[in-house]
Amino acid sequence: METRIIGKSVPRKEGREKVTGRARYVDDITFPGMLHGVTVRGQAPRARIGAIHFEGDIPWNEFTIVTAKDIPGKNGIALLIEDQPCLAAGFVNHPEEAIVLLAHHDKYLLEEARRAVRVELDPLPPIFTMEESLARKQVIWGSDNIFKSFLVEKGNVDAAWLTADYVIEGTFETGAQEQLYIEPQGMIARASAQDGVTVWGSLQCPYYVHKALTILFGLPKDRIRVVQTETGGGFGGKEEYPSMIAAHAALLAWKSGKPVKIIYDRAEDMAATTKRHPSRTHHRTAVTRDGKLLAMEIDFTIDGGAYETLSPVVLSRGTIHAAGPYNCPNVRIRSRAVATNAPPHGAFRGFGAPQSVFALERHLDRVAKAIGLSPEELRRRNFIQEGQTLAVSQVVREKVDVARLMDRAFELSGYHAKRKLFDAQNRDSSIRKGIGFASFLHGAGFTGSGEEYLASEVAAEATRDGQVRILAASTEMGQGTNTIFSQIAAETLALNPDQIEIVQPDTGNVPNSGPTVASRTSMIVGKLVESAAREIQQKLIQSSLLQPGYSPMEFAEAARQFIERSGPLNSFIKYQHPRDLHWDDERYRGDAYGAYAWAVYVAEVSVDMRTAEARIEDFVAVQEVGKVINPVLAAGQIEGGVAQGIGFALYENIVWQEGRMANGQMTNYIMPTSMDLPPIRVFFEEIPYGGGPAGAKGIGELPLDGTAPAIANAIAHATGADITRIPITPEILLEMLEAVHA
Amino acid sequence: MPERARKIPIRCEVNGQPVALEAYPMARLLDVLREELALTGTKEGCGEGECGACAVEMDGALVNSCLVPALHAEGTKIRTIEGVANGDCLHTVQQAFITHGGSQCGICTPGMILAAVNLLARHPRPTAAQIREGLAGNLCRCTGYIKIFESVVEACRISERAE
Repeated sequence: METRIIGKSVPRKEGREKVTGRARYVDDITFPGMLHGVTVRGQAPRARIGAIHFEGDIPWNEFTIVTAKDIPGKNGIALLIEDQPCLAAGFVNHPEEAIVLLAHHDKYLLEEARRAVRVELDPLPPIFTMEESLARKQVIWGSDNIFKSFLVEKGNVDAAWLTADYVIEGTFETGAQEQLYIEPQGMIARASAQDGVTVWGSLQCPYYVHKALTILFGLPKDRIRVVQTETGGGFGGKEEYPSMIAAHAALLAWKSGKPVKIIYDRAEDMAATTKRHPSRTHHRTAVTRDGKLLAMEIDFTIDGGAYETLSPVVLSRGTIHAAGPYNCPNVRIRSRAVATNAPPHGAFRGFGAPQSVFALERHLDRVAKAIGLSPEELRRRNFIQEGQTLAVSQVVREKVDVARLMDRAFELSGYHAKRKLFDAQNRDSSIRKGIGFASFLHGAGFTGSGEEYLASEVAAEATRDGQVRILAASTEMGQGTNTIFSQIAAETLALNPDQIEIVQPDTGNVPNSGPTVASRTSMIVGKLVESAAREIQQKLIQSSLLQPGYSPMEFAEAARQFIERSGPLNSFIKYQHPRDLHWDDERYRGDAYGAYAWAVYVAEVSVDMRTAEARIEDFVAVQEVGKVINPVLAAGQIEGGVAQGIGFALYENIVWQEGRMANGQMTNYIMPTSMDLPPIRVFFEEIPYGGGPAGAKGIGELPLDGTAPAIANAIAHATGADITRIPITPEILLEMLEAVHA
Repeated sequence: MPERARKIPIRCEVNGQPVALEAYPMARLLDVLREELALTGTKEGCGEGECGACAVEMDGALVNSCLVPALHAEGTKIRTIEGVANGDCLHTVQQAFITHGGSQCGICTPGMILAAVNLLARHPRPTAAQIREGLAGNLCRCTGYIKIFESVVEACRISERAE
């Protein structure tokens, strides 16, 4: 299909505001008479709450003070369920639970006051590890500490062990990871019984916040309004926690009668908000002598923290991605999300898949080694083909050629020559080099029937001067929503991107196009934008005001005439689930995703054997993502995702002490700087997907899945260490190197 | 009520304009710029000098304004992101960030652009290593820095063409 605007690197729509410093983030906004708000937390992992004392030399009568008893509606942050309190009442179940909220106009005095609140806490025995949780050392959630479990079965795993030439096992662990968006979280609220509740803030999912506030205040939906301000990065970290901060700001505003702003500082943001779920995966794999996979038994556990929040959904995606892009006749995946007395873990780009993909891709290198095949040959003999079935029994109906992606990635990275060269050179060197890869897939959109339940909506309206406004709740947080939507609408309407206006997400104004998560915005919502734009065009053509082949000026004239004659020129589109996608939620099988992105990533590393420090020297990312809508933005998504994956693999180590993050600062939680990253070379293959706008598939989360295992495999190649854990800090690598020599 | 320090008068130049204001001597320059002067383009990312989102130029040197006490501003010339463009005419670095994808979420962008402008003032034709080093004090979580490097290279190219 010939395209005019799609496939072009149209400049970022809000780029000018961002490079001039004019873009308005939540902390840049003030209201007259505004108060600041802060949060008092229990700081005990598990305790009964006693008396609360307001001490010190503080003029307490000037302060607005909120506790659980000030909540007008239900004390729970609504998500899947409402088990997480907005303000702890009676008990705390993790150290960062909010107990008291304070507001005052002087933020310096406010900080002193926060320290002068003393909460009596009577400790209860906590649990901190997945093992303790599974052993029910203490039951801290439900009847068994299990938020959710899944069982995926394909074929008959049990029969395969006896006939296999080899059975290979391994256990793999990944740590928690902080999203570390550079803009800390924040919200401003106005609230009164007369006007209802309005919040402005940094967030990914306006209607999640809307739902949470509706239940918290017990108000009708039209009395709650949520407005997204310019958002300085999210990566999943602003999917759920903004509901908590919005709730806190709104409660303070409700009680004080004044606007209240809460901005977290970095330490509070890192400690209290969600992080990537720590995981442990056990693999048991049966293979034939010539490298055909016979059976995969996978046991996957994630640590959900103290409340359920999104853990069941994260677990679901991790489970479905656990067996990768391979054709294996017999698969069993058991998985569970368990409770510990840590702050709830949550969404982070990749959403469970980076954890289980790390385990699988690391394990397959070990399987290859055990049976004497090269890592690439083992995978080549098992890559899924069109017409074959994935672990969840989804028949792959799209064109897929992972082997071709692998060949291209190897050619671009010089994989074969380097592998040989490094093997020859490493023996006598204190700097050892290695090259490794991972092959993987990532499903776009909500899992299974998720999109059907979401039933997303998008609207469009034309103005008298020929501009077309797109109304959706999908947020721009840096990934390019504004630009992509304007390209899709402009392409469809044969207009220029600057004739498209993307309306600021505001639940008082835009329909619910669903959360901005799950690599669904371009593919799922973008398709609705395309349909909404087409309907506007068809109305004009059907009214004979416009003929195909029109110019933008003719469009403007036709829109003006239409509006004068017939009133508003608008359209409203609701998601229709493709009829050929079927999902069985009971047996957890079927068409898990409408489309997958496929990829092979190659990492080249060097390891200083004296310090056990690893460095990435080169990185090649080859992926098939359907039609690329904007090459600069798409490459930017992959490069940024790979950088986060490098952090996940090497640097980003959360130190836990009694359920608290002990290194909640940028000085001791290390993300990659400009000095740490290799060239990240990004290549796209484009096989258009019929269900996406102009053939696009989802892209945002993909790069997190394959980066860490490619690096781990490269370090294993360089050093001979059996890498089973990330992050591979020098301390951990030393441990693993010592194990080799022991 | 806790005893508080007294505000002191401070005179300096911000984006070419003389400024007289009162601030607590140990107030952070970041807060003075944002709250007293409404220059909200300067961002707070960490408050401890790690991320560079609050970077401004002070007498030509790049500083993290979250670590600079207000009293240090006395008599200095300060440039913030609001002073980088010439009216509506963007600086070449700003233009290059738009066309080459150097800005995603935008929160690190003001500090990053000041770091890049400051680098190019010192090294008009920087090597790849100089670009990496010049931007090493500014963290970006979105881009993996690749498009930022490309933007800086493009800005040099535009400047050379203009010469």
